Amino acid sequence: MKLLLLPALAVLAVFAAALTALFRWSLLEFVPGSLAPGAYTLANFKGVVAPQYLHAVWDTVILAALTTVLTLAASYPVAYALARTPSRRVRSALLVLTLAPFFTGAIVRTYAWVLVLGNTVITWPVPMLFTERGVLVGLIHFSMPTMILILAAALSHIDPAYERAAASLGARPVRVFWRVTLPLSMPGIVSGGLIVFAWTLSAFPTPELLGGGKVKMIANVVKDLGLDSFNWPGAAAFAMLALALTLALLAGAGRLAGGRVT
Amino acid sequence: MILRLAVLALLAFMTLPTVVVIAVSFNPTAILSFPPAGFSWRWYVNVLTYPQFQRAAWNSLVVTGGAVALALPIGTLAALALERARLPGRSLWAAALLSPLVVPGVAAGLGFLILAAALGLLRSRLVLIAAHVTLVLPFVVRSVWVSVRNLDPALERAAASLGASPRRVFFRVTLPLLRPGLFAALLFAVVVSVNEFVVSLFISNRVTEILPVAMFTYVVNYTDPTIAALSSLFIAATFLVIWLADHFLDLGRVFLQH
Repeated sequence: MKLLLLPALAVLAVFAAALTALFRWSLLEFVPGSLAPGAYTLANFKGVVAPQYLHAVWDTVILAALTTVLTLAASYPVAYALARTPSRRVRSALLVLTLAPFFTGAIVRTYAWVLVLGNTVITWPVPMLFTERGVLVGLIHFSMPTMILILAAALSHIDPAYERAAASLGARPVRVFWRVTLPLSMPGIVSGGLIVFAWTLSAFPTPELLGGGKVKMIANVVKDLGLDSFNWPGAAAFAMLALALTLALLAGAGRLAGGRVT
Repeated sequence: MILRLAVLALLAFMTLPTVVVIAVSFNPTAILSFPPAGFSWRWYVNVLTYPQFQRAAWNSLVVTGGAVALALPIGTLAALALERARLPGRSLWAAALLSPLVVPGVAAGLGFLILAAALGLLRSRLVLIAAHVTLVLPFVVRSVWVSVRNLDPALERAAASLGASPRRVFFRVTLPLLRPGLFAALLFAVVVSVNEFVVSLFISNRVTEILPVAMFTYVVNYTDPTIAALSSLFIAATFLVIWLADHFLDLGRVFLQH
């Protein structure tokens, strides 16, 4: 029986080899004009705090934080409707509309926002495409399906009897929501928030296309260094940074959610 | 009432880009306008006749077909082992198998690029297939594992006690009972692989690139509605898949219960 695990472990070994190669190269010296690296060094990680890249790290953290908060606010009503609607047809419709972008690829979704944020459909009062504002809109749209599913799962575990009890004791609907529903859905809010924050920290297609080279996040720097400048060691250091941040956050989310992530 | 309005507005926000893409795909001119000034199929013709998209579509078929054909049996066996074998530290093994899910795309992509370069495999679609297998395997394991957990071993013991060989029990009892999980696994694996972009961007070139990478390159270089047409085809396929899944799987159960 245990032997059945072997093929999967072989696949895992390939993945581990790729990540090991990444880690090793993040510690190797970049030789400009050559794909062969030099000796072991820590210089690549100093690049992470170099002035020309520090703002990308900073932008990444700010955009991820804003995305998390705004995605939570935008997803909660939809998740609530999804978890509480008595009609199977409404639930089905909400679920299909929520999942559609989830199943549509990143490129299709991001390209759609290029059309909307460029001034073809709506003439925006302020520039949107190739600005942080535009990237933020795209990131929120990208995170909403995940957040809605996590929040809806948390909300559907709350026994409506608690809310009815509060209401029958005289609490008005707003008070019931703030004092009963919201606190009871906290596990979903925390794990959903951490997962979206972690995902957004390593977002790539959204800032790449909606930022148009003017807005850079960590993943865009990895692509610029790795694929355009052939500086694999430098790119590897940034990729390791993204990996470390993501793992730390998801470990936190896992602990808070009692070991149930995604 | 306010809640209902808010939900409708948010759903409009979520659907707006899809509506715009489909509307723009029928635009008669290369300069985008909304609402469209007329109706034309020319960008759909362009999608189907553009050689780079034809090549990329073939690559997508090979990569997704290869990756799913490998990941489905590998993941199914792993799910059986996770549930049935006496494994010390089962949750650790499960976490390890699901771990590729949490690794950022650029980290995995650059890692595979460096590894492939070291092995001299950069010009081959094998690297893409290998990467896609690792990326879809967690979805397969998770979907099949749920089905294995719901499978009553008494049914298999009954078949064995009636004289069926272990092989026959596996193919005539176990596999048919796992069908819902296998179907969900197939669905997830195909959707994830067909849409995979970030890792594929790092390990493909103009000859081996799959559709999402070819679309990305086109968007960066051209502004005409060709990608809107291709995106509309993707969206239509997606809705068909979700509708089928909802019909056969009850998505609410899949997504809200576990």
